[in-house]
Amino acid sequence: MPRVILPDSLVRLFPGAERNLQIEADTVGATLSRLNDRWPGMWDRLIDGYPSIRKHIVIFVNGERANLDTGVVETDEVYVMPAMSGG
Amino acid sequence: MAQKVMLLIGTKKGLFLAESTPSRDDWNIRGPFCDAWPINHAAYDPATGAILAAGGNAWFGPAVWKSTDLGQTWTHSSEGLNYAEGVDPIVSAWLVKPAGDVIYAGVEPAGLFKSTDGGETWTHVEGLTNHPSRPYWQEGGIGLVLHTIEVDPRDGNHLYVGVSTGGVFESEDGGETWEPRNNGIEADFPMEFEGIANCAHHFELDRKNPDVLFQQSHQGMYLSRDRGATWERVESGLPSSFGFPAVAHPHRAGTYYIAPLNGDSVGRFMPDAAAAVYRTDDYGASWRPLRNGLPQEGAYFGILRQAMTSDALTPAGLYAGTSTGHLFASADEGESWSEVASYFPLISSVEAAVVEA
Repeated sequence: MPRVILPDSLVRLFPGAERNLQIEADTVGATLSRLNDRWPGMWDRLIDGYPSIRKHIVIFVNGERANLDTGVVETDEVYVMPAMSGG
Repeated sequence: MAQKVMLLIGTKKGLFLAESTPSRDDWNIRGPFCDAWPINHAAYDPATGAILAAGGNAWFGPAVWKSTDLGQTWTHSSEGLNYAEGVDPIVSAWLVKPAGDVIYAGVEPAGLFKSTDGGETWTHVEGLTNHPSRPYWQEGGIGLVLHTIEVDPRDGNHLYVGVSTGGVFESEDGGETWEPRNNGIEADFPMEFEGIANCAHHFELDRKNPDVLFQQSHQGMYLSRDRGATWERVESGLPSSFGFPAVAHPHRAGTYYIAPLNGDSVGRFMPDAAAAVYRTDDYGASWRPLRNGLPQEGAYFGILRQAMTSDALTPAGLYAGTSTGHLFASADEGESWSEVASYFPLISSVEAAVVEA
């Protein structure tokens, strides 16, 4: 199953959530949907109302920038990262 | 039963709570809560005992946070806090307004939402967004925000909201239909849609005479005696017609508090850098400054629209949070003030609740 790595600042918002886990899914969007099944509300933290990946969130699949439709396979690594912004 | 006063202090870096006995002379501060997210506004829901905090995080979007144990534990939700797909998404929740069985929320970009399950899920009040003036609302300095919600205490279906910029809107059917209520506000900028040329910074209903509204607009200080149908200027004795907060006395008709700044284009701080809250006891016919205990030099701060409030005790307490993170409190209706805290982040909002100790 693809491996998903989540940022600490996201995991903190969902008690019991794991930073590093495996999720059975075939796209980035489906991966996030499965995460939302386990921790309701996580989709809304990462995806806006368009729906698109939020402006200051970046998702990489094996180091390549991805969108919700990007496919994932058994050996892929999906990194969810907050952009360096704020003040 | 013993009581305590609890202040809900929304800041750029989280929500803080300050608590005191009803003497209001010694405050214990807790926080930051809400994972130190920017919190634009927070309110206590007397119907459920919950604290609700409206905010938005640059990374994770808008949310309304909730605590049912006076701040010990928190959850968050933005389920339903969305416009239709393809529409500019919501950036942050701007305020929460508990109103009996309903909780309302205002958001950026400006719109109204409501929850009937204690803030767990939200529904768009589409009637306001569908008003024909909506395409003509304009962004103010903080974006296009719905920042004020007032509910008639005699009729929960009678609502007012404030939009910057778009002005005051009234609904008499629980939000199904809306009408602009800005007649008499002197516009100093053009608007392509008639009747909405008002940057309504904040307004409140008179708590004893709720047919009366008073409003600190970008364009001046105004009073309406006819449920918002018409507005008249009430600025006699003020150093400036520009400011943000407007606070109704909790028990006395015609008594209001505001915090004028030195104008809209020269720094937006206290006039002559000397801090004062102004009070009227005659529906705005005259105003007098309240300065005792407030800094009288070097006060280069402002008080934002949601950052001044009263409590419900007698005598009423008043609270003002500044853009420099100072929190001032008065236990005698504004006649004298003391500094509760000096180093908060920028204070966006202050609300007060009287709860069981």
